Amino acid sequence: MQNAINLAYLAASVLFILGLIKLSHPRTAVFGNQLGAIGMLIAILATLLDRQIIQSGISGYVTIFAGLLVGGAIGATFALKVKMTSMPEMVALLNGFGGGASVLIAGAALHDATDPTLQLTVATVASAIIGSVTFWGSLVAIVKLQDLVSDKFSRFPGRQPLSAVVGLVCIALGLWVVNSPDSFAMYWILVVVSSILGLLLIMPIGGADMPVAVALLNSYSGLAAAAAGFVLSNNSLIITGSLVGASGIILSQIMCKAMNRSLANVLSGTVGGESAVGPSADSVYAGKVKSTSAEEVAMLFESARRVVIVPGYGLAVSQAQHAVRDLARLLEERGIEVEFAIHPVAGRMPGHMNVLLAEADVAYDKLKEMDEINPSFERTDVALVIGANDVVNPVARTDPKSPIAGMPILDVDKARTVVVIKRSLSPGFAGIPNPLFAADNSLMYFADGRKAITDLVTAVKEL
Amino acid sequence: MDDFIMLFTIFVMAIFVGFAVINKVPPLLHTPLMSGSNAISGITIVGAMISIATPNTLTTILGFIAIVFAMINVVGGFMVTHRMLAMFKRKD
Repeated sequence: MQNAINLAYLAASVLFILGLIKLSHPRTAVFGNQLGAIGMLIAILATLLDRQIIQSGISGYVTIFAGLLVGGAIGATFALKVKMTSMPEMVALLNGFGGGASVLIAGAALHDATDPTLQLTVATVASAIIGSVTFWGSLVAIVKLQDLVSDKFSRFPGRQPLSAVVGLVCIALGLWVVNSPDSFAMYWILVVVSSILGLLLIMPIGGADMPVAVALLNSYSGLAAAAAGFVLSNNSLIITGSLVGASGIILSQIMCKAMNRSLANVLSGTVGGESAVGPSADSVYAGKVKSTSAEEVAMLFESARRVVIVPGYGLAVSQAQHAVRDLARLLEERGIEVEFAIHPVAGRMPGHMNVLLAEADVAYDKLKEMDEINPSFERTDVALVIGANDVVNPVARTDPKSPIAGMPILDVDKARTVVVIKRSLSPGFAGIPNPLFAADNSLMYFADGRKAITDLVTAVKEL
Repeated sequence: MDDFIMLFTIFVMAIFVGFAVINKVPPLLHTPLMSGSNAISGITIVGAMISIATPNTLTTILGFIAIVFAMINVVGGFMVTHRMLAMFKRKD
């Protein structure tokens, strides 16, 4: 029987990998997700036939089904209720529960073990540390994503030496648990201290950098699951945990590259929102910024053949995605080619802007990645930038001393006319002025994103 | 020790598979990738179910909470991923 169960676990792991492969194209992605769900169902059903569980009798099954029902109901509620704009919080929450589950499983296994092996104890300690850091770190991430705590408050002096000390204490406690595995109390003390470490590690990371932290915590939750797999000597946990661990690492690297930051730099919370060097805002903007109106932009559209819309964080904040969809359709009806340029860090997490626009019924083949669309700006009549700043700042290409030097940007300044919808000239996360706003071919449309787009739709209709 | 080497081999190989597979996922789908990978990391539910099966009350309680946590991951993860992916449409 145990062999059959292990084969079922193998089938589940294969389905997970196939599911991830299918996730590489939007046409097959839904099917890929379903393959993953089927794999999970197989794994759960097979586990119900486990010898230990059968021996536990009715009470065991009742407890298991109660847990499945409660967790399933909570999960389904979250999944159905969550707003697409809150997806970073949702993912952080799921990361946290994943880490928490690993801590509990490892704890239970340690209690149950009569003659624990070295593999079991070391893996248990790893589960405890990684899992607790993931759980509490994710809760901090949720709080910070909602801007409930200011970055200044959480960057108290001496936090780095303090984290280092707490980390060393974790390792010492871990060695203790490995050495005397029957001291259960020590395991829970380790969990508590690791929890503090999780708070300390994620707290100083700036709100704007939080998506990197969420991707990294995603990776940790996978590693915690893999560690739990070593505790139980279970292949499916090890395989799946490594897949998720790899996924999180890749995504955090992509984000760091797109933000021109090193991972170490993001994690220590040293940059981001702090004063930057370079020319002052006055010297960049004075007397050169031209502001425009809905009617004027509508007239620009009238003579345009190609328009590229560049949505940024501001679009998500002002919930303008539906209004933008209306504008794009209106322009297309007038025979104008419309495409969307999506920077890798547009929105609040990797790929977030695509989800927001997909929710507003914008076809995904209109959503172009940066490398694909950049060469086309030269033949674009109007680039319409909505609530984006740093990701369209040409300084990244021109000034090697700038804090964003070398950061990949969308080359909107090469379009014939650039219209920037923005509430003010205030700087973005990098804290530097943007010469694009003062460029000869740029027009500033000062307004809230959604209101500006709605007014634009009206103005285009009246042409 | 032999068992450990076997498991560790699987672990390292799976990381390579992970890198190869995930690198092919386009940025367009990175958010569903994150929620979807969360869903499959709910495989810890298997471990949680086994820890319920022992007669010890404490581990049964720990196992129960772990099942709830993991099941939130599984159901929440797959459902929210489906919700997102279903919105991605081609121009018809």
